Amino acid sequence: MPLTTSTSPHAKGHASVTAVMLQVLLALIPGVAAYVWFFGWGVVINITIAATAAVAAESAMLIIRKRPVRQYLGDCSALVTAVLLGMALPPLSPWWLTVIGVIFAIVVAKQLYGGLGFNPFNPAMVGYVVLLVSFPVEMTSWLPISTFSSYDMSFLETAAFIFGGQLPPGITYDALTEATPLDTLKNNLGQGNTVAEIRAQLGLDDVTSLLLSVIPIFGTIGGKGWEWVNAGFLLGGLWLIYRKIIGWQIPVAMLGAMALISGAFALYDPGHHASPLFHLFSGSVMLGAFFIATDPVTAAASPTGRLVYGAGIGIFVYVIRVWGGYPDSIAFSVLLMNMVVPIIDNHFKPRVFGHGRK
Amino acid sequence: MAQNNFATIARDGLWNNNPALVQILGLCPLLAVTNTTINGIGLGVATMMTLVVSNGIISLIRNWVTPEIRLPVFVLVIACIVTVIELAMNAYFHELYNLLGIFIALIVTNCNIIARAESFASRNPLLPALFDGLMMGTGFLLVLVALGAMREMIGSGTLFANAHLMFGESARALTIRLGDYHGMLLAILPPGAFIGLGLLIALKNAIDRRRAERKAVPAVAVAAPEPHTA
Repeated sequence: MPLTTSTSPHAKGHASVTAVMLQVLLALIPGVAAYVWFFGWGVVINITIAATAAVAAESAMLIIRKRPVRQYLGDCSALVTAVLLGMALPPLSPWWLTVIGVIFAIVVAKQLYGGLGFNPFNPAMVGYVVLLVSFPVEMTSWLPISTFSSYDMSFLETAAFIFGGQLPPGITYDALTEATPLDTLKNNLGQGNTVAEIRAQLGLDDVTSLLLSVIPIFGTIGGKGWEWVNAGFLLGGLWLIYRKIIGWQIPVAMLGAMALISGAFALYDPGHHASPLFHLFSGSVMLGAFFIATDPVTAAASPTGRLVYGAGIGIFVYVIRVWGGYPDSIAFSVLLMNMVVPIIDNHFKPRVFGHGRK
Repeated sequence: MAQNNFATIARDGLWNNNPALVQILGLCPLLAVTNTTINGIGLGVATMMTLVVSNGIISLIRNWVTPEIRLPVFVLVIACIVTVIELAMNAYFHELYNLLGIFIALIVTNCNIIARAESFASRNPLLPALFDGLMMGTGFLLVLVALGAMREMIGSGTLFANAHLMFGESARALTIRLGDYHGMLLAILPPGAFIGLGLLIALKNAIDRRRAERKAVPAVAVAAPEPHTA
């Protein structure tokens, strides 16, 4: 019997990278389902395009870098990157937008740095930011939730637009797309309206909104429609914590920091600052907190470090949302904190067993 | 000196010791103005002229300048030349001058120029010094043009836009539009400059490595045919 000596860890868990990634994908299902319900089929097509492009880009880079393709492709990390990016894009993104973003994410942000485990920045968010900076028009045209859409696009019509830029006859792109709740809130606040006034104009019940043909931005707690999408991601995220796929520190710290800072401002000046619940359940906060910020490669490593890292993201998200140039800012916040991770890791090293306790 | 060999000077300036790709000097103007090809050419030519003239003058005065005060003297010489070039560009290429703005005056602080003065011109006679300035300047210019063309094509979908600023009204026709491609803004913005320069450096290193491998191949090929004993 051959006896091998190996380095630690000697007790291994059962989780392989593949198993972890597949469970992450599974946990995304409730959020994606809510997304499809409110915003149509676009997101499914986006994810499919992104996944195809990611597998192709990853294989090509692995071949160029002379690494075993099957082994590295089998860890499904490229697939998770693609799905996260595909979900972050507007539902009616043209196909080339998705492909460029994925190629940048996989080729530049991941493989040029040395592949999974070596990338300092979250690949999906690098891809997203590259697209946001490069194609601002395409990246900020969102659909209103389906109840209030002027036209309900079928799966085939959505696909025709994404692949060929063809809209159904009589429909214009501008009529179809709409600013997101966060965008609308930011613009209205910028024009000097108070939250209460905006709520009075745009927070009506469904029937009145349809009659007046205004698109409501306020749902019961968060952005209209978006609250359900966020709730779906929250559900999936909690399941991931329960399965111990991700630690609780980053999501709790990020959501806690956001709630604290938005709560403080809402208390100080409720006229010009939306409530913490609106901030937590609008945009892509839950997706960011549970699925993007928790990326094991680019996040801080130690438990205390993760608390700092998560809180940093939460504060940045709020600061950029309220005082920055963009309505939502998960991607920028995650990338900014990615940059600080080496410092965080250096300052919050776990105590070595048997050393350092006073 | 061994460096007096003109072929070596040319090879160093253009490739082996390229100021932008190998020494990575003068990055501030390199990254800041290369959002169009014409901007790149404009600043590249200005830098090249400064290099040639400063190398020449410094080589001429090298025997009278004592080592203790050489750096202030070099800086003074370079500053004079840049001022002359700046005024000349303001007079003859006024619009281009406005586009390039502060970066023409900032040629004074381009470490590439003081580096050549210190390491080459102050130790060599006039002719090699002039030639070194020309070659280093051309090497820098080529990188500026390559980076500018790359960023302009990807970023705004044109090539040689604003060519009339440099070559007069007849050059307007030089501008090429790449179909109805509107460009990927990132390439014109600052990150595009860093990513573009990174890719150019990677390309140069890849070419060098391939050449080295090709050179090494004959030696391996001779050694390779060994009888398979297994």
